[in-house]
Amino acid sequence: MEITSPRFKQNAREALADPQLQKAMGNVRSGFIDKRQAAVEALPEFDALRDNARAIKDHALSNLDLYLEAYEAKVRAAGGFVHWAETAEDARTVILDICRAAGARTVTKGKSMITEEIGLNEFFEKNGVKPVETDLGEYIIQLRGEHPSHIIAPAVHLNKEQVEADFRRVHDHLPASRDLSEPEALLGEARRVLRAAYFDADVGITGANFLVAETGSSIIVTNEGNGDLTQILPKVHIVLASLEKIVPTLEDAAQILRVLARSATGQDMSVYTTVSTGPRRLDDPDGPEEYHVVLLDNGRSSMLGTEFQDMLRCIRCGACMNHCPVYHEIGGHAYGWVYPGPMGAVLTPALIGVDKAGHLPNASTFCGRCEAVCPMRIPLPKMMRHWREREFERGLNPATARGGLKLWAFFAKRPWLYRLTTSMAIPVLSLFGGRKGRFRFLPLAGGWTRHRDLPAPESRTFMQQWRGREALKQETGGKQGAAR
Amino acid sequence: MNDQTPFRPRVGLFVTCLVDLFRPTIGFAAVKLIEEAGCTVEVPSAQTCCGQPAYNSGDRADTKAIAKNTIQAFEEYDYIVAPSGSCAGMLKKHYPALFKGDAKWEARATDFAGKVHELVSFLVDVRGMQSVAARFDGQVTYHDSCSGLRELGVRAQPRALLSTVEGLKLKELKEADVCCGFGGTFCVKYPDISNGIVEKKTERIEETGAATLLAGDLGCLMNMAGKLKREGSAVETRHVAEVLAGMTDGPPIGGRG
Ligand code: SF4
Repeated sequence: MEITSPRFKQNAREALADPQLQKAMGNVRSGFIDKRQAAVEALPEFDALRDNARAIKDHALSNLDLYLEAYEAKVRAAGGFVHWAETAEDARTVILDICRAAGARTVTKGKSMITEEIGLNEFFEKNGVKPVETDLGEYIIQLRGEHPSHIIAPAVHLNKEQVEADFRRVHDHLPASRDLSEPEALLGEARRVLRAAYFDADVGITGANFLVAETGSSIIVTNEGNGDLTQILPKVHIVLASLEKIVPTLEDAAQILRVLARSATGQDMSVYTTVSTGPRRLDDPDGPEEYHVVLLDNGRSSMLGTEFQDMLRCIRCGACMNHCPVYHEIGGHAYGWVYPGPMGAVLTPALIGVDKAGHLPNASTFCGRCEAVCPMRIPLPKMMRHWREREFERGLNPATARGGLKLWAFFAKRPWLYRLTTSMAIPVLSLFGGRKGRFRFLPLAGGWTRHRDLPAPESRTFMQQWRGREALKQETGGKQGAAR
Repeated sequence: MNDQTPFRPRVGLFVTCLVDLFRPTIGFAAVKLIEEAGCTVEVPSAQTCCGQPAYNSGDRADTKAIAKNTIQAFEEYDYIVAPSGSCAGMLKKHYPALFKGDAKWEARATDFAGKVHELVSFLVDVRGMQSVAARFDGQVTYHDSCSGLRELGVRAQPRALLSTVEGLKLKELKEADVCCGFGGTFCVKYPDISNGIVEKKTERIEETGAATLLAGDLGCLMNMAGKLKREGSAVETRHVAEVLAGMTDGPPIGGRG
């Protein structure tokens, strides 16, 4: 996937000017927030569950090697294979080898952001394997040759009319007169088309919401049941998961599940929670003949022990972006890589480098709503600030911004000089503000005045007036002066 | 301390740079309210800004230098009060974090932070103020600025005091807890995104039908007032302290008309 994060500003401008996108983003604002709120209010222990979920992940992350090794042993004992992939390329190679060995021409996929991270679909196509996305949203964006714009609702940037047009274009074997005006009709049509793909596929690939060390199981949650068919019907099931998905026990996974769906969609639980452990056993009614787990690092282990470790608690619920005013304005694609919104603003620089993704942690008002709703209590704004510090240390921010900041800091560190300068400048500025008391345009303040007026200073500074008042009090022998 | 009168705590007013430069009225309103709450107010000269522009730009060294100045200037007071949730949040929450692990400054920053309060929550939560003697005729709406709301839990306090202002009727703002798009340097670094956010905010403000918009942070107020003015709106904008102190004779933020 092409990285366009360095062009973030341009991306954002285009997104703001895109009426279809703006309409669709209205659905995010109205769709997720109230539902989450209702689910949270219905569960008095929600905050206690969050604390618990955080503690589970923190414990797992501080003993990551231990639990991963235990997990690997259990997978092997259940007859599965575990492949360690340090980089995206390692993961792609392992997966292609497995597919080749199975003689696979078609691969079905459950929804997985990690496969986006390693660019699996493009890689498959280059190598003559046909990937078929089975999650409705993923299926739609695959038809469009796009990438997900949201980690749990990949096609949230689209309106139903756009989807209808895509279906008519691609499913051209179906009668043109069919009625696709209702979302249910679209869903039904996708389901019928996908049914066939499940049976054609030789390999099914899913992600994982959790890997359970205790049992060697992987767990996925879906609302469409597509994950089940993806992993049960083909001969080979490949689970692609990143290291930090590990939890010690099934009970731990169950605990975190209680906050996951509530935070994501406001459901108590997702419709399907599917646990898979190894290939089909003798007495199983169905299941794959081969079961592989590809464990991807791709930069995560280097976050351990740093100020970014907390990010590895993320369970990809999407609540942070659902509540993010910046995401609401520009949608997910503007962020320029796989992970959008606040979680992307922290994770993306870690995975592709802050030199490429530097805008992401800067494009935040630090309103703190993401942290307030994050079920794993990840301090997202604090970590975005850490990225800004890294950029500042490396001199990555623009020279003008740096220069301006340094000049301002020079004064801010010297109160007497600051006072002197502001006492001279502010009354002048106030005067220029005139009777209207505001500026429509002000040199050097174009960023502000492009879209809004700038209120002018009232008159002299507070400090000037206060000193004057105190001096007067002293002179008139009034109350004891309060100035020092 | 004066022994004939009951203990009057000494409050150091952290004016905030925006109030100092752009809207001194808020500073005087704060002084009046803090005095009414039974305290003595002093205004140390050695204050400039809380350091957020540097802190949020990743410049820790300058932030620390500014923070040290501020701590030194204010640590002798019983309380440090700022008419801004954002600056009070910086002093209270971020200064201790900034000096974490610093043998000399961590404890000092933590002691200092323990005495810092946002103005309205100081009046209500610390001084037990239940009402104000002010009059303001008309309908107002109130925006909860992000830092005050989420870092300091300022929400009920301004509403409680506003309900005691004679003639004032509060019309709640839909999505009052959603950011206005100011975000300090954010609004000039990403002006287009900021504009999209504040446009939605002014739409909500207009929906209330209120004639006046109030909030507790001048940065947000200047952003919203600037947008309302640009849109030709008749809504006037003021800091909540101006109304609580009955100091609303002067023009609103961004002027009249
Ligand atoms: S950062 Fe938190 S809110 Fe955002 S996706 Fe991850 S767990 Fe969910």
